[in-house]
Amino acid sequence: MDKILEVKNLRVSFHTYAGEVRAVRGVNFELRRGETLAFVGESGCGKTVTAKSILRLLPPGVAEIKPGSEILYNGEDVLQMDQKRLQKYRGNEVSMIFQDPMTSLNPTMTCGKQIMEALMLHKRLNKQEAKAEAIRMLDLVKIPDPEKRFAAYPHELSGGMRQRVMIAIALSCEPSILIADEPTTALDVTIQAQIIDLLKELKEKLNTAIILVTHDLGVVATLADRIQVMYAGQVLESGSAREIFYQPQHPYTWALLSSVPDLAEHSKQELYSLQGTPPDLIMPLESCPFAARCDYCMQICRQQMPQVTNVSDTHTVACWLQHPSAPKVKPFYERGLSHEQQA
Amino acid sequence: MSNKHNREPLVEVKNLCKYFRQGRSTLKAVDDVSFHINRGETFGLVGESGCGKTTCGRTILKLYDATSGQVLYKGKDITGPMSGRELLAFKHSAQIIFQDPYSSLDPRMTIGEIVAEGMDVHFRYSHKDKQRKVTELLAQVGLTEDYANRFAHELSGGQRQRIGIARALAVEPEFIVCDEPISALDVSIQAQIVNLLIRLQKERDLTYLFISHDLSMVRHISDRVGVMYLGSLVEVATSQAIFAEPLHPYTRALLSAIPTADPDYEATRSHIRLEGEVPSPINPPSGCKFRTRCPHATDICAQQQPQLVEAKEGHFVACHHWQRLQGKS
Repeated sequence: MDKILEVKNLRVSFHTYAGEVRAVRGVNFELRRGETLAFVGESGCGKTVTAKSILRLLPPGVAEIKPGSEILYNGEDVLQMDQKRLQKYRGNEVSMIFQDPMTSLNPTMTCGKQIMEALMLHKRLNKQEAKAEAIRMLDLVKIPDPEKRFAAYPHELSGGMRQRVMIAIALSCEPSILIADEPTTALDVTIQAQIIDLLKELKEKLNTAIILVTHDLGVVATLADRIQVMYAGQVLESGSAREIFYQPQHPYTWALLSSVPDLAEHSKQELYSLQGTPPDLIMPLESCPFAARCDYCMQICRQQMPQVTNVSDTHTVACWLQHPSAPKVKPFYERGLSHEQQA
Repeated sequence: MSNKHNREPLVEVKNLCKYFRQGRSTLKAVDDVSFHINRGETFGLVGESGCGKTTCGRTILKLYDATSGQVLYKGKDITGPMSGRELLAFKHSAQIIFQDPYSSLDPRMTIGEIVAEGMDVHFRYSHKDKQRKVTELLAQVGLTEDYANRFAHELSGGQRQRIGIARALAVEPEFIVCDEPISALDVSIQAQIVNLLIRLQKERDLTYLFISHDLSMVRHISDRVGVMYLGSLVEVATSQAIFAEPLHPYTRALLSAIPTADPDYEATRSHIRLEGEVPSPINPPSGCKFRTRCPHATDICAQQQPQLVEAKEGHFVACHHWQRLQGKS
């Protein structure tokens, strides 16, 4: 598999009245053709900002991508693209679906028109071709009766249908990367399950690489090939889905995994909960960002940034516990009862 | 836990209906719902958005007037007209924690004032006592006393929800309706709030109605669970029973739709997928409301609305075919 996206030392700051908010602090990752990479973390950890900077969608003036950051799309630096190139790049090569399908569609245009708009702009189709293609897209995302729905306005559709229209718009130009920012958060569980199934199916059919931004570990487990755990603008751990779920190494990943109640576990047990709150992103960080909330915090954690250690070829962790002279600790997180017992 | 089930019911809901007029049509938000909540237990109410779970919770607290049916609180019907004094006594004893910690706190009041407001109505504390009480309550929800002088916008979502809990506890209630108290919060903060609610229940012998769409959290906190669909209860059972052997096809589909944090299991497990979406409550399907999405629906489902029957001890289900479906997945 070849790399289509490579992000090197991405740093993003927001200039606010209170000071410079360092939202993303040196993120590195790469994405290969056809794979699904998930960004997991709590709100404010920088996952959406990272995703948006790939498309350069951050508000200019307020947000600043720091010099030294590199975003390479097929070897071409996205940060150096001019407006004309950028317009081709957005939508045509990389596209995005947003969290809230209620507000991200244009209420004054029919759904069909909104899909046609993308097709006519990027693929230079004429009206008739675009209409036929739009109906085919609506059918692809499994909207019943696509000819009729073509003329429907967004307010006439339910949340799940609107999210399908969003997916249709995003995929209409056959992008090689789809960025899905919390695609199911605003939806009910049964509808969420439908959208997850749809994304899974489309991913195989179209061989699109997906960057999935979410805080829901369940959604990640069903969709992701690789996972990147983010905290306070940094990647704390990254690895294949199996490595993150079955051999997590970072105390923050342990904490995230154990704060989800297991369906098979006994009720009214104390859930593991992290104390405190994430650090203030205005402060410069010279030590491990998680140190203040970590149960395994050592003296060094408060003094120096941990180095990124390779656990395996695909699995990296930024934690001092990986250091050869660190004490060996037993993670408090262990997989709950096997699911066979539950089923 | 067994002694809990022998306790007498604190809240009994009998054939409760709450309809809203919408122009010429009627929206049946809660349609003939019956259940009871025993003293000291947590009753979880789950369902998708628009199924009437919040309306149900609010009608039980008399925040909405019931269209018909009864809500017996300590054996007394609260749906009818009440004298001012009776109403005050009821509100002293039953409180609510709201879903959105951002919009449910007055931005112009300090945290101390918000927490103390209920005390002014129900108790006659001296200024000094009141401040002592506020400090005590803040400590109970895990906040220090200097928060009393701050405003809501200075706090994070989790901290605000703690204030919401402190506010509800201020009048020393016996019964609290928790209306999606954790859905606006991050996972790690959710766990903090749920632990706090469980701890307070043990300390104060509280009774909760816990409304949520998050089945795994409901399973975690509740003793018994009711599943709602389009204004009706489709299944009521202990939380163990409802997760171990769900009887209603909707409950099964709901459970199957929750993705678990386990990629190997997710890759192998078979899903029950519901087709389509929840129909409009203004014009619900005839007979069984779930039949339009149910994979097992037959003719009888369109003709007759199934009643909630006791399938096993303490396990109620409203489905014509639950016996036939038993053992099948």
